Amino acid sequence: MGSLIEPPQRADGERADVASPLEPPPPVRRIAVDATPRRVSSPPAGASAEPVRRRQPTTGVRERMRLEHLTIRYGEKVAVDDVSLPVRQGEVLALIGPSGCGKTTLLRSLNRLTELTPTASRDGVISLDAQDVEALEVTDLRRRVSMVFQQPNPFPMSIFDNVAYGLREQGTKRPGRAVLAPQVEEALRRAGLFDEVADDLAHPALRLSGGQQQRLCIARALAVRPEVLLLDEPCSALDPRSTQTIEELIVRLREDVAVVIVTHNLQQAFRIADHVAFMYLGELVEYGPADQVFGAPRAKRTREYVAGAFG
Amino acid sequence: MSALAKPAPAAAPRRRRRGTESVRSWALRDRIGLGLCWAAGIALCAICAAILIFMAVKGLQYLRLELLVTHPLPDLDQSKSGGFLDPLIGTFMLTVIGIAIALPVAVGIAVWLHEYGRPSWLARTVESGIEVVAGTPSIVLAIFGLIIFQQHVFGFLSFTAQGDAVFGRSFLTAGAMMALLALPLVVGATREALAAIPAHVREASYALGKTKAATIRRVLLPGARKGIATGATLGMGRIAGDTAIVVILLGASLQMQHGDGPPGYRVLSGTGSTLTTYVFNNSPAGEGASPEKAYAAAFVLLLIVVLLNFAVGALGGRERRVSWGR
Repeated sequence: MGSLIEPPQRADGERADVASPLEPPPPVRRIAVDATPRRVSSPPAGASAEPVRRRQPTTGVRERMRLEHLTIRYGEKVAVDDVSLPVRQGEVLALIGPSGCGKTTLLRSLNRLTELTPTASRDGVISLDAQDVEALEVTDLRRRVSMVFQQPNPFPMSIFDNVAYGLREQGTKRPGRAVLAPQVEEALRRAGLFDEVADDLAHPALRLSGGQQQRLCIARALAVRPEVLLLDEPCSALDPRSTQTIEELIVRLREDVAVVIVTHNLQQAFRIADHVAFMYLGELVEYGPADQVFGAPRAKRTREYVAGAFG
Repeated sequence: MSALAKPAPAAAPRRRRRGTESVRSWALRDRIGLGLCWAAGIALCAICAAILIFMAVKGLQYLRLELLVTHPLPDLDQSKSGGFLDPLIGTFMLTVIGIAIALPVAVGIAVWLHEYGRPSWLARTVESGIEVVAGTPSIVLAIFGLIIFQQHVFGFLSFTAQGDAVFGRSFLTAGAMMALLALPLVVGATREALAAIPAHVREASYALGKTKAATIRRVLLPGARKGIATGATLGMGRIAGDTAIVVILLGASLQMQHGDGPPGYRVLSGTGSTLTTYVFNNSPAGEGASPEKAYAAAFVLLLIVVLLNFAVGALGGRERRVSWGR
């Protein structure tokens, strides 16, 4: 790391101006454990200015969750207004729209995390496999509908324990390592992280780089074998390379998990989503296949938003 | 880069100044203010250095190894009055007892205040309670403790004299009051550490189907561990340095005296002293006339407290290195 940060030792005044030895080096936010430092490379071969679709159509698409006339209020303020949507396995559903338009609230309501906000109230029905989520024990629901957050948030424990956390009983350390090792390895492999951390499973997870931390969080969520995976802008705190890795991962995952992702990044939604829901001021303005929403939006608002008229 | 590679000869090597603003452009009033701030900081460093150097010189001059390993003896001839082994052991014992009582209670209070805190009137009451305890002079706590622990119910904590009078003074009773001294420091540090864990970390645990209790046990307490350790170390420094409670509730006896109860427990229910009372009793200000031993003991005490403070610094330094994004 050091050799990358130190300014070149040259008498050349011009270079000294660019990276003056008097200036402190920029703060390094995370300690990277992964291999050789990578240089920022040119875009991958064959990449054009057009965003590349990563997805191939999947088979066996079926509906797992359904929202009917969902309205969520924080006190008097309506955050989500009468939204009805299906969530299907085998597809990535992207929620797009400007900030503060209810995307994250909608996402959090799917595993009842909105209930943590004391002022939140809910109308309408959310069902998982035709069963009202209200009728489920909340801990069971959250095991079936797991979530990954905007900021990578590994727990202050080892990499292994992070992934095993969801598999263990409430608050205990049993069952032991040997029993859980295969499941932990499988989850790390599905998240595409195992090869990087295989030798460091006992290391503290907070020492990983940001991209690795986020994939660890995905592995942690996958370890409990959820049926639906919620992602709240999982790439917004990451560099382009980590973003690419995670996008490829999401597209692979949707084969056996229903994926719902909130994103501010329209290009990202275009790259990975099968269906897109456009939300504006709490209302669902448009829902449809990604090709249709981006290519031939029906609503005027959607057309303006995907064209970049506001955001 | 290549376009910039050839600098014009006129552009001699320039050095960029870090500060863009010079004090010369300040108003006189602000310059005086800045000067006073500098002076205050430097004066504090000087005082601190003076204490350390003076105590080190005086202490090392009189400190002998046998002082640390011999029991103190009541003898007017100072060459026969022994060392301060008992006060040294007393300091360690009292610190450990005090923090052992304070730590679980304080962490419990902090977790409840930060993670639950409902109903809010109760949380406010608890907060003011902590502030009252933190603001109470230790001599008041000591007197209060003496009244409480001389009740018959607490007779097992010290020893009962003939005629059924409870003595009320022992390591256990003093430790209990010392715990009150450490409590606010541990509560504060733990709450701060819990507040430093962002909400999304808790939600990530809930999102894996974990209960709040499991989240506190497996995520929040490990995450706050360094803050808790910092608070505990500060609290231990506070206990090691207190005098009033030792004088009133530990008996400040020269040697450790055993109390009632089974072996082992007798030490805890017995009386003793700490380095603070030893210094007081041997200094010219107290009843003793052995300033040499007072200096030596004071130096050892200072060393213990300074080392505890360094331990806090080391813990805090490590804590800042890894954390979550907001």
